[in-house]
Amino acid sequence: MSNKSDQPSVERRQFIGGTLAAAGALTLAPGVILHAAGSADKTTSGASGEHRWGMLIDANKCADGCSACVDACNSEHGLTDLGRPETDAVWIRPVKLKDKQTGHVDRLVMMCQHCEHPPCVDVCPTNASFKRIDGVVLVDRHRCIGCRYCMMACPYKARSFVHEALSEQSVAAPRGKGCVEGCTLCVHRIDAGEMQTACQEACTREGHNAIVFGDMKDPDSEISRILKSHNSVQIRADLELNTGVRYLNL
Amino acid sequence: MSKMYYRELYCGSPVRFWMGLTLLGAIIAVGLGAAYYMEHQGHWVTGMSNQIVWGLPHVFAIFLIVAASGALNVASIGSVFGGPLYKPLGRYSALLAIGLLVGGLIVLVLDLGRPDRLIVAMTEYNFKSIFAWNVILYSGFVAIVAVYLWTMMDRSMEKFKRPLGFAAFFWRIALTTGTGSIFGFLVAREAYDAAIMAPMFVIMSFSYGLAFFIITLIAAYIWGDREIGVYRLTKLKNLLGVFVGAVLYFVLAYNLTNLYVAQHHGIERFILLDGGIYTMMFWIGQILIGSVIPLFLIYSPAFENSRWAIAVASIAVLIGGFFQIYVIVIGGQAYPMNLFPGKEIVETGFFDGQIINYVPTFPEAALGIAGMAVSLALVAIGARVFKVFPETLED
Repeated sequence: MSNKSDQPSVERRQFIGGTLAAAGALTLAPGVILHAAGSADKTTSGASGEHRWGMLIDANKCADGCSACVDACNSEHGLTDLGRPETDAVWIRPVKLKDKQTGHVDRLVMMCQHCEHPPCVDVCPTNASFKRIDGVVLVDRHRCIGCRYCMMACPYKARSFVHEALSEQSVAAPRGKGCVEGCTLCVHRIDAGEMQTACQEACTREGHNAIVFGDMKDPDSEISRILKSHNSVQIRADLELNTGVRYLNL
Repeated sequence: MSKMYYRELYCGSPVRFWMGLTLLGAIIAVGLGAAYYMEHQGHWVTGMSNQIVWGLPHVFAIFLIVAASGALNVASIGSVFGGPLYKPLGRYSALLAIGLLVGGLIVLVLDLGRPDRLIVAMTEYNFKSIFAWNVILYSGFVAIVAVYLWTMMDRSMEKFKRPLGFAAFFWRIALTTGTGSIFGFLVAREAYDAAIMAPMFVIMSFSYGLAFFIITLIAAYIWGDREIGVYRLTKLKNLLGVFVGAVLYFVLAYNLTNLYVAQHHGIERFILLDGGIYTMMFWIGQILIGSVIPLFLIYSPAFENSRWAIAVASIAVLIGGFFQIYVIVIGGQAYPMNLFPGKEIVETGFFDGQIINYVPTFPEAALGIAGMAVSLALVAIGARVFKVFPETLED
């Protein structure tokens, strides 16, 4: 074993001086630091209130028997099938509906609806559930205590609890045993400037084009244009949560 | 009026005390082992799932927490409402309240996905979350009641007894309102989302807490070979009858309201008619064992002075109460959320529209029972160390 350290050698005096300076900076200038963090968006690609990311699902185009979006989501986020459907994590799921009166059949996918007023965020005791300024609802895995109150509160059953120890995780989505998780709207892609979620990419590749992702605040985006010209619905619109995921032909 | 003397509770033979504590210790050890197993393996080894997210441990925890605030009622009646018959029982009432709450909290915390992050729950608050408020309400309750107990036991603190009694009384109302609101504030599920949940939990706490108080009081006086008068027990019994009736009234109001609303017909049908185990728990557990039998035992002239009838009625109230919480917590989750009104779900990747099966596992039960054992052990040790029980409760 080599004794060579990969750490730079630090003189004790320099170290103490540096620490004191850092402590002083933290004590004296929190306002400056907060101000800098608050304006991060101007210089970096951090979340911005100028966007509201959302998704549109066309029930007419969602193909029977297709699971391309589910498979893509699972592989993107490292969700593995352990053969235990009751406890395996599900971030996106297909649902097929039949109208009780008319017999009309619809197929669609359900996931976190990224509400403007998310009940999961309201009930979370530790602020682990939170909504980004750009509308993406996420769970901070360092704060989540695993109480599952958000799962009780979510009207869409959009969240899963990690029921077992994990290995070989995806870099895109760090997960943790004992924490709650759900669709992130592929936030790692958004933050990298990509304008396509894993599910949309898979759906488009299959030629179904049932999923459109985009910025609902940008009037020229595809999602905004379709939402303006077509009649779309929100699931459980009665709750007035103003969801970021909308449905066509449902 | 003769002076009341309090004395530490020594039971007839020391062997009995230590055997009792050893038994409770063994139950607690098994429960801790179960918690370690569930935490280490992950929750897949339990009956809980992504559909039934709160299981048997939560039933035990909520049951104990609700009962805890109710157990304090006897002290409140004594020092807040000035009931002389209840006054000598105030100290034990406060001790039992603390014991039950701590037992319930331990179960709740050990079932968290990340119990090691308790410090996060204690330092990071979302004040819009009733859970965050409950963290404050529960820990505050233990602190206030502990000081209240001190004022009852230390004559030099006598002058603070009444204001602290008031504080504890209002705090306990807030606590149970907060616990009921955990369900009342859930807009998503049809069994919940009702303002009546908060007052219903308050009245449930009156009933369970008093039942716990009566049965443990009788047990303690048998244990310690002390006298307890029938008149005092009859007073407690009559109060229990009023509380059991009040719970029944709230259950009636809750279900009648739901039956009136077409949107809630499904959940009502599930609980009242064809929900299998939940329907049985409701009618046989909650209504028959928890309400009808105790009311009969309490009000039937045949059992007017029977302390055994009082004991059995109290136990029946507790069994019924446990089933009531089970039906609320598990039954409310087992019934599917109605995401698509008017539609039938023919295919789903996540159990949409299906009634969910939940079978509790041994570790969950072991953890829950250990919570009860913690409560009883705290009460047994507290009664042995402090002078909480009057030497005699003869009429």
